Amino acid sequence: MFLRMLVRAAVLRRGRAVSALFAMVVAAAVATAMLNLYVDVQSKLRREFRNYGANIILVGRDGDGDSLPADTLARVDSVLAGRGIAAPFGLVVARTSDGQPIVVAGTDFERVRQLDKWWSVSSWPAESSSSSDSTSSEDQNPHPFDKLRAGSVAQDATRMGHPESSSPALIGVRALAAVAPKGQAFDLSFQGRALHVTPAGTVQTGAAEDSRIYISLADFVAWTGVQPSTVEVAASGSPEEVAGIMKQLAQAIPAGGVRPVRQIMEGEARVLGKTRATLLAAAALIILTAALCVLSTLMG
Amino acid sequence: MFVRLVYESFRRQKRRKLLAGAAITLGVTVATAMIAVATDIGDKINRELRTIGANLVVTPQEDSLDLEIGGVNLKPPTDGAFLSEADLPKIKGTFWHNNITAFAPMLPVSVSIEQDGKRQDVTLLGTYFAKQISFGTDHFTTGVRSTYPWWKVSGTWPEDSSRNVLLGERLAARLGDKAGDEISLAGRQLRVSGILSTGGAEDDEIVAPLALAQEFLGRPGAVKRVNVSALTKPEDAFARRDPKSLSGAIYDRWYCSPYAQSIAFQLAEAIPHSHAEQIRQVAQNEGAVLTRIEGLIFLITLAALFASALAVSSAMATAMFERRAEVGLMKALGAGRLAVASIFFAEATLLALIGGLAGFVVGSGLAHQIGRSIFNSDISIPAVLLPVILAIAVIVTFAGSASAIRRAVGLDPVFALRGEL
Repeated sequence: MFLRMLVRAAVLRRGRAVSALFAMVVAAAVATAMLNLYVDVQSKLRREFRNYGANIILVGRDGDGDSLPADTLARVDSVLAGRGIAAPFGLVVARTSDGQPIVVAGTDFERVRQLDKWWSVSSWPAESSSSSDSTSSEDQNPHPFDKLRAGSVAQDATRMGHPESSSPALIGVRALAAVAPKGQAFDLSFQGRALHVTPAGTVQTGAAEDSRIYISLADFVAWTGVQPSTVEVAASGSPEEVAGIMKQLAQAIPAGGVRPVRQIMEGEARVLGKTRATLLAAAALIILTAALCVLSTLMG
Repeated sequence: MFVRLVYESFRRQKRRKLLAGAAITLGVTVATAMIAVATDIGDKINRELRTIGANLVVTPQEDSLDLEIGGVNLKPPTDGAFLSEADLPKIKGTFWHNNITAFAPMLPVSVSIEQDGKRQDVTLLGTYFAKQISFGTDHFTTGVRSTYPWWKVSGTWPEDSSRNVLLGERLAARLGDKAGDEISLAGRQLRVSGILSTGGAEDDEIVAPLALAQEFLGRPGAVKRVNVSALTKPEDAFARRDPKSLSGAIYDRWYCSPYAQSIAFQLAEAIPHSHAEQIRQVAQNEGAVLTRIEGLIFLITLAALFASALAVSSAMATAMFERRAEVGLMKALGAGRLAVASIFFAEATLLALIGGLAGFVVGSGLAHQIGRSIFNSDISIPAVLLPVILAIAVIVTFAGSASAIRRAVGLDPVFALRGEL
């Protein structure tokens, strides 16, 4: 009997029932969407903040300049297990052929490309610096800046003069004016050992990278004998997860010091916190309004 | 007669009117607060993003190479060009000076420190901590404390006119010094007023007032670079155009848009013999974060407006539905459909205006409250919002009651009077 009354009431006053139902469906949908958004905004925004680059730095324990053990990068990768990107950096001060000191860095170009997305690079060097045997006729008298703009690795032109293989390098825009103003290949020396460098592209960041020369890690280690002294890590996740990763890294690499990049972490925490608070206020208001909507439909 | 009917309706059915009015007020409150927050959130989040540090850097035009590894500056001291400290206040004379929230000049100097008979080379970084600067009638305080908010000092910050220094925490650990100690730098005794922790290269350096660093360098008034923190607009294709290729109105539009590129261009104009560019790590990414947050808040505002419109119209429809008997009576007395409809529409308009005004006031207060508690600053309510909100309130109220009025007015008065559908 009770059920019959309910059903008849709905059927006979179809208009009222439908409008009440509609109001409730809309209210529930809006409330669900808002709560979903509130929970989800964190992960969405954190992904944007990973574009700022590394939030953890790994250095040699006894101070800067000390090298990390050779297997450090492999261990970092296994700790991260896909939850971030890591890139190694080795730094030395070398000298050009006219005695000018310049900072040379060795790194893994593929990893740096993913980690430091804000680098403005004209063209990334091809990874291998092994000798290639093609010599095309148009490379006979290449215009140096055309080479850099077109992005081809100008190994062929140099091979004619230098039998040993040449290292492709990324040159910071300030360093370019000092060492290779015409984009030509040049020599560097470190502790008596020479390296022939071919500019493959330029990098501009507005920071220290503009004054450096970047070569591949393999070339760097072979030339200087110095292992990377820093590993930059961009770890994704909440602050607790990142702290957990830092702890795991400290355990996995006892010879290294693990430091947070407070500039990025504190800025991220602050912006995320304020955004969440605003969303919470908005969600509360909207759910209140949706409830009012349902209430007024039922009251009539 | 018309006016009297409307007036009597309000006087005699206070409770019903109050309920409907309350629904309108609540809906308008939510709409006002959300629109106010949405229009201002971009500026608020932009200010929060400034806590990630400077996004522009000004360097001497002729300068070429930096030799810095891990916070140690290896360049010969007098090498390279310098900016002039006297030109710094001109930063506040640029077109976008209100967007420049802080700046800090930097002068790294290589000094040797004596500790237990050993000598090591460290970098002494000269800068402003919280220096008072005047430009014309404008007075402001700027320095690393406002440009780099994540720098923490255990101890006290040095005064800009003093001879106290900060020791980076890793350097302090190596030297075994703490706040209050004295260190000997190139023959001068200096007092460490605090230990600095930044998480960056400065932890291995000594940070001192700019005048002190200039004294060590032997070049008064010299500045190596200036890091500037500015509120910028996200970069787009127009921003990347070369100003030298633009002219006339297009140039004005580029110049008067707060892109990182145009502010950098103006900084280079203001400071003689300088070159200014974005610090890409900071400048490039904040545009993306800002755009995403603004997009998010925009969607939520739309949802809020939709929800409040729904609430108001369903409240009005319900209120209208209850008065079917009245409609029947009026029609039985000879009122035409248009007359009856216009009475109810007039009531609805009045309700919307009163409720809308009340809702606007409460909504503005709510927006202020949200701004103050989350961002510690006021949310500015554009004055044009009031007429817009009132117009929307009237439209939504109309829409809500329209179909109900139409149905009620179309009823046969006999049935309406008897209370049947």
